[in-house]
Amino acid sequence: MGVALTRSAQWTAAGHGAKTLEVTPLNEAIVKEIIMFVESFIYKYPQEANYVFVEPLEWKTNLDPSAFGSGYAVSGTTVKSEEVDKNGEPLLYLSVPQIKIRSFGQLSRMLYIAKNMKLKEAQACIEDDDSESEIKMKIALQLKQLDLHLLNHSLKHISLEIRLNPGTVKNDIELLKQFSGKGKQTVLESIEYTSDYEFSNGCRAPPWRQIKGEICYVLVKPHDAETLCVTCSKEGVFLNGGKTDDEGQINYERKGEIYKDLVTLLKEKSAIFSENMSKQEIKFSEQPQKDQPNEAPKEEVAITHKASVTSRKSTQEKNRINLGRSQLTKRLEPSLNWRTSVSSKESRNTLRDTQVEKHGGKLEKSRSSVSPGRAQLIRKSVEKIEEIISDSSSESEEDEEQPDHRQEANADLPSEYWQIQKLVKYLKGGNQTATVIALCSMKDFNLAQETCQLAIRDVGGLEVLINLLETDEVKCKIGSLKILKEISHNPQIRRNIVDLGGLPVMVNILDSPHKSLKCLAAETIANVAKFRRARRVVRRHGGITKLVALLDCGKHSGEPAQSSLYETRDVEVARCGALALWSCSKSYANKEAIRKAGGIPLLARLLKTSHENMLIPVVGTLQECASEENYRAAIKAERIIENLVKNLNSENEQLQEHCAMAIYQCAEDEETRDLVRLHGGLKPLASLLNNTDNKERLAAVTGAIWKCSISKENVTKFREYKAIETLVGLLTDQPEEVLVNVVGALGECCQEHENRVIIRRCGGIQPLVNLLVGINQALLVNVTKAVGACAVEPESMMIIDRLDGVRLLWSLLKNPHPDVKASAAWALCPCIQNAKDAGEMVRSFVGGLELVVNLLKSDNKEVLASVCAVITNIAKDQENLAVITDHGVVPLLSKLANTNNDKLRRHLAETISRCCMWGRNRVAFGEHKAVAPLVRYLKSNDTNVHRATAQALYQLSEDADNCVTMHENGAVKLLLDMVGSPDEELQEAAAGCISNIRRLALAIEKARYS
Amino acid sequence: MDGHPSTHPSMDTWVTSTFCEYSCYEHWCTVSKFEVKCLINLFYNLVGEVTERQGMIIGLDRNAFRNILHMTFGMTDDMIMDRVFRGFDKDNDGCISVTEWVYGLSVFLRGTLEEKMKYCFEVFDLNGDSFISKEEMFHMLKNSLLKQPSEEDPDEGIKDLVEITLKKMSQSEFEAQVFKDPNEFNEV
Repeated sequence: MGVALTRSAQWTAAGHGAKTLEVTPLNEAIVKEIIMFVESFIYKYPQEANYVFVEPLEWKTNLDPSAFGSGYAVSGTTVKSEEVDKNGEPLLYLSVPQIKIRSFGQLSRMLYIAKNMKLKEAQACIEDDDSESEIKMKIALQLKQLDLHLLNHSLKHISLEIRLNPGTVKNDIELLKQFSGKGKQTVLESIEYTSDYEFSNGCRAPPWRQIKGEICYVLVKPHDAETLCVTCSKEGVFLNGGKTDDEGQINYERKGEIYKDLVTLLKEKSAIFSENMSKQEIKFSEQPQKDQPNEAPKEEVAITHKASVTSRKSTQEKNRINLGRSQLTKRLEPSLNWRTSVSSKESRNTLRDTQVEKHGGKLEKSRSSVSPGRAQLIRKSVEKIEEIISDSSSESEEDEEQPDHRQEANADLPSEYWQIQKLVKYLKGGNQTATVIALCSMKDFNLAQETCQLAIRDVGGLEVLINLLETDEVKCKIGSLKILKEISHNPQIRRNIVDLGGLPVMVNILDSPHKSLKCLAAETIANVAKFRRARRVVRRHGGITKLVALLDCGKHSGEPAQSSLYETRDVEVARCGALALWSCSKSYANKEAIRKAGGIPLLARLLKTSHENMLIPVVGTLQECASEENYRAAIKAERIIENLVKNLNSENEQLQEHCAMAIYQCAEDEETRDLVRLHGGLKPLASLLNNTDNKERLAAVTGAIWKCSISKENVTKFREYKAIETLVGLLTDQPEEVLVNVVGALGECCQEHENRVIIRRCGGIQPLVNLLVGINQALLVNVTKAVGACAVEPESMMIIDRLDGVRLLWSLLKNPHPDVKASAAWALCPCIQNAKDAGEMVRSFVGGLELVVNLLKSDNKEVLASVCAVITNIAKDQENLAVITDHGVVPLLSKLANTNNDKLRRHLAETISRCCMWGRNRVAFGEHKAVAPLVRYLKSNDTNVHRATAQALYQLSEDADNCVTMHENGAVKLLLDMVGSPDEELQEAAAGCISNIRRLALAIEKARYS
Repeated sequence: MDGHPSTHPSMDTWVTSTFCEYSCYEHWCTVSKFEVKCLINLFYNLVGEVTERQGMIIGLDRNAFRNILHMTFGMTDDMIMDRVFRGFDKDNDGCISVTEWVYGLSVFLRGTLEEKMKYCFEVFDLNGDSFISKEEMFHMLKNSLLKQPSEEDPDEGIKDLVEITLKKMSQSEFEAQVFKDPNEFNEV
């Protein structure tokens, strides 16, 4: 009776010692209940009633010995029962006032005797329940608890044993079927059931075998082994005796080890299977594991075990998929350069598309039985397409689907897990007070620890926490948000929160009048909205507008000295708003939404504050958004650059990084570059270069320097600040993100002679040339540009040549990416120009000339223009010109003639005029109809095009037929205008061409009249 | 705030002055004279016609006060409401006088954290022995959990909550001595 008596009964004094029961209705009820139990005991359980207690119950009684009648020996003040135990001790012994009773039977009888005094007696008995018996009771209770605990424990172990069920087996087989067939890419040649008939429980084994737990039999033909006959049973998968030849009967006897599933077995049996399986797993994306949940309703067997099995399986698969995908993106996107991410996005896009198609197809097949789960799936896939469309270019790797590694089922669960489970139980079933207590206690756990985060999720705490957000109780909401804020640092939890519909609720809380609530909600949104789908949900529910509205709170924050308590709160609200916007601003559509909601002026105002905490998210948001043209214009208009520059001087590294990043984004614009200089931003940038420990910041700073150095005035400033020397120092041992920017900056600086000299003197050429062997496309583009710029200097060229830089550049012409090709080709031009013995050098590259000529077949205008420029330089050497003519340069060039691109026109015309120098190329150009389009170039607005074209026409006009073509296309009038040009070369070429045409005309006239 | 601006003018000034003296003495100058007046007006509004009867102590009795707590502050827990009444009723005469009213509400409205905590402590310290014992906490939380049918021992959860709460309280250093569980105290 220990528990009831210690907990419910109301004792007069707490603690130990002589305690008495209070006279209260509750106690009375308890005692009455006890009496009833004891009284009826003798009738209900006569045998047990005779059981003798080890220790007698002993108390002071008010009973008179005379009350005892038959069955008792009464003598004066003592009473002995006639009933005795084995040793002859009486079971009831009364020696006034002490009474000892040693069995329930006697207890019952005593109460019967006591009649009216029952209550008192029982109470006295209970009150006298001494400490010794208390301890015994406790031990008994403990034993009972241990028993329960053991029971739970064993249950847990049983549930951990992986057991197969028809559903999972079927999934496995269906999946393998998809990847079976002829050919080397498939995992198996074939996989078939032995029986087509499927019982209603999903099994295919005959009923008498089903009793043994067997589900189905499968014939598997791997590429590299005999056909295997496999039994799938609940215990696992094993090889059986195979089909007996005569009757097609299966020998059910087990012939091999038991494996946990089919895939494991096959991996063991077939090497090709395991090899191809790992390849396939990358390809088949998330489909299989998404299908599995849909099967759930069909299953009737072993549902309890199913959950753990599927989740583990899907985890494994997902992990592999993710691995595959991240490798894919890594290859394409080694740096954070934005241009590359486009291509990886495309690949992702196609991946998803195929997946969507699969889902779509599924729907049509099974339209009759569209389960809610499936409908949701389809909706999700539709959302995904949409999301891809609104995908921002600046999204980074962290957005990728994280592997959902649930706790391995057999891993030991930490003690926190059980404690949290208990707290969640109180959250579910408690009133406000209990809820608040549970929330507080939950907050005391180390929520940054993954085990705790996952524990909250796994015991269903997320649902409750999100549910609490919909109550009216402010305290509960605050508590819940505080926990959500912490645990949403975990990527998996973020996804779960979104899946459970937590975001719309949080967005609604943003309207709350409670500032601390607003803050917490915004901060939580900031954490959750780290991936696309979440950002979209925030936008869809009007979250962006509300978040922008939060920014408005910090109106008076300009004067921190005067800010009162209320204002600091306002600032805090604005800060949290900015934080959330920062997370959200990674999606393109959200950037637009922020702009439309009037966020830019508010951000600009907040930028004037001096709170670092505030500035970081504000600048972060601006930096994200500055990838959009609209924003850059607005940033210029709102005079934000000034403040960005100011904050470059801050102490906070993160702030400096984001400011530099924002400048990097904005400095594409010339006016902005000038503004940075005018506000004195170049000096802090240059000085930040000296601190190379923080790589992210270094990348941002070098990026800003790169973009700023596009302006010549800025370069001069940088030279003053000795930034160029520092940049050269950064060419080694830096991550690629930094290198791209450093090399880009050097490439811009190299446009000036003085800087080229500095770079050479600092020994910058060697590291630059070394970088030519890299694979990072953005880096290659910049390196080739820088090397090309250096090659303008003959002295530098000597160094490049010695380092074999030209050969490296040349081999980059084979790079798959057009930007790299073009950039390498441009770089080759000055190299060929300035190299000693250029002709010999060019010829020394085996197959080099053919490679260049073939590049004229490219579709990319920039590549074509650059290659034309290279050919112009190559053709300066007669021997090389002969070689490229043999490779068919003339028809290829002629084919390009019909173009509107002035850059290409100019270089093409230059090349043509060069190539005319060899053999009968002039005639050949005429034959390939290159002349007429060239004449049209004269109508262009570009003088460079005019000059090159006039020179080409001058060369071509050496041939009579070409003169006729030119004349027919009205070249003479156009050329006459060119003769009046201030450009002397143009004058000369135009005049020469006209004179050739004229001479031909004269010759014809002369021939006619003579 | 309309009401009884002139019902008890002399009384008002008396209360205001004594209270302000009192409050200065206790270092709570946070409630302004005007606010005190408003509170007094509110009090007479609430007391209403009860005051008209002669020979009775002017004030809110237990039921009236509980009614206010329920209607105005949305309190539902019987036990807490009772304790709050006791907290207000300093002289234990079963009736809240105007001084007690102003005093009590000033803690609610303008009290410092410490004052509020002290008040809360008094509410929870059922037997007034300057300790909050497990038993007292148990009483307070008795009804806080829904009874789960599956539960073998419905009090188990509450016991646990009590433990959590007491642990939490002794963690927060504030008034560490006072919050100590008497059992622990005995053991030390």
